[in-house]
Amino acid sequence: MSTAAATVVEAPAVSHRQRFRDRWYRNTSFVAGASILGVIVLLAILAPLVTWHDPVQQDLLNTLQGSSWDHPLGTDDLGRDIWTRLVYGARTDLRIAFLAVVFPFILGTFAGLISGYFTGRTDSVVNWLVNVVVAFPFYVLIIALVFVLGPGSRNIYIAITIVGWVSYTRIVRGEVLVQKRQEYVLAAHAAGLSNTRILGRHLLPNVITQGVVFAMSDIVLDILAIVTLGYLGMGVQPPTADWGRMIADGQTYLTTNWQLSTIPGIAVVITALALSLIADGLADLLRPE
Amino acid sequence: MSLAGYAARRLLHMIPIVFGVTLLVFFLIHLVPGDPARTMLGTHATPQKIKLLHEQWGLDEPLPVQYWRFLERLVHGDLGSSLFYSVPAGRLVIERLPVTLWLIGLGTLFSVAIAVPLATISAAKRDRPTDHVVRAVPLVGLGFPQFWIGIMLLLAFALNSGRAFPVGGYGEGFFGHLHSMILPALTVALAISPILIRSLRASMLEVLGSDYIATARSKGLPENRVLIRHALRNASISMVTVLGVNIGFLVGGTLVVEQVFALPGVGQLMINSIFQRDFPVVQAVTLAFAVMVVLVYLTTDIIHALLDPRVRFD
Repeated sequence: MSTAAATVVEAPAVSHRQRFRDRWYRNTSFVAGASILGVIVLLAILAPLVTWHDPVQQDLLNTLQGSSWDHPLGTDDLGRDIWTRLVYGARTDLRIAFLAVVFPFILGTFAGLISGYFTGRTDSVVNWLVNVVVAFPFYVLIIALVFVLGPGSRNIYIAITIVGWVSYTRIVRGEVLVQKRQEYVLAAHAAGLSNTRILGRHLLPNVITQGVVFAMSDIVLDILAIVTLGYLGMGVQPPTADWGRMIADGQTYLTTNWQLSTIPGIAVVITALALSLIADGLADLLRPE
Repeated sequence: MSLAGYAARRLLHMIPIVFGVTLLVFFLIHLVPGDPARTMLGTHATPQKIKLLHEQWGLDEPLPVQYWRFLERLVHGDLGSSLFYSVPAGRLVIERLPVTLWLIGLGTLFSVAIAVPLATISAAKRDRPTDHVVRAVPLVGLGFPQFWIGIMLLLAFALNSGRAFPVGGYGEGFFGHLHSMILPALTVALAISPILIRSLRASMLEVLGSDYIATARSKGLPENRVLIRHALRNASISMVTVLGVNIGFLVGGTLVVEQVFALPGVGQLMINSIFQRDFPVVQAVTLAFAVMVVLVYLTTDIIHALLDPRVRFD
């Protein structure tokens, strides 16, 4: 009986996977997004090979230079090469953003699963927590948390986790409420499977899709939060290259060297666009029949 | 259920949330690694000052007692005293509030002015080139860092060739405020309108597919009239809800935008207080922002019930 239930359960998940394998390369959004992101990630990984300056080494004799063979995008107010800092900035910001999405995803999915499945008191408590967190404007709570915890990437992860889990919980809880009335869950119950097994093996694979799709858009939010913290001087600490900090540093020279603030901003926009395209494509590819 | 009854019930729903908000704001101080008093005083820490703060904040009491004291002070409107300015933190927040309210108000107005026409056109010309262009807006627009939009607007309209608007500050008098608020409000609006466009377009499409629109069309009403008088009116109900849900994002955005345009609002107060390690003010601002959002949620619910009486009976 349990095998039968398991077979029924796996059907939709397997079809997602198969659909994905058969069709991903025909989905324009997904291919475009993945290609752009691929190039950016590759550049970030190969940073020491695609740049020929030190990202933090100052060169006060060559400050605020225009573009040249040696400095394709020019230099900043401390004579550091902008191209080099841009690539190393991608390294910093993407690493933090990708890692930052993992913890809220896990915590939020778990909370959503148990609150949707057990309802009753558990559900009330989780819902209450969600409503409390949602009452705080996103940036206000993140900034307040980073302030009390102190700067540094570890505390950025903690702050983003405390604020970010709620979206996953809402999405997953909603899905669980629908799925748990489906026959395969009722059958699993009838077969006497434990709650843990039903949740982990049967419900989770069927409710996770929406969470995964949201995670892609969530990385965009995280990147924006990280560069915003950097801009406000509360993110990655100088002299480490970070796009937000680069935009802030360039703002002083807006009238004379507008490119200092503009270029890192464009990098953020392109990265975010790539991730949004992937999210869009994934939503399409993983949509249930 | 009467509207007043509905409003009262919503208000009752808010109580546990507000309770949770105060709990979280209270616990902020206990997230500070090590001794909060020592950390906040930083290089100015002397044993006497640390002892004084411990007494002021009641840090040596058991947690429940501390929280009770915090609530007691809160209901008396006492949010603690600024370590930097030595004035009540609550007063600092209230002094700065008008600037932030201006920004939120004008920003909301601008975002509606941007989102409504675009979403209407997009829904009316579904799957045509115009629709594809409008649908691309959220995809691209959501990835713009808000502060960067502000900087780009400064570059285009306040610096160099085009000096139509001030670079920063709040201006003098009503028109001065208005003039200096246009770029910041536009920044807030541009950041939130992608979300609004997406939601409003979806609800417009839903409304356009309904029977009464078909009836209106079959009566031979001109398409513009159908769109504006019939469809938009009903879609605006969901606009209110969408705005309400996203107001947290909008309000949080003012924090960053005030920094870009040097506006002396609550957000700037928060950032300045962070750099001055002025914990009571940061705490007060965090609480003020959350209360603002909760009030907006409540107002949204009531407006929604006013526009669509059915929700009162759900």
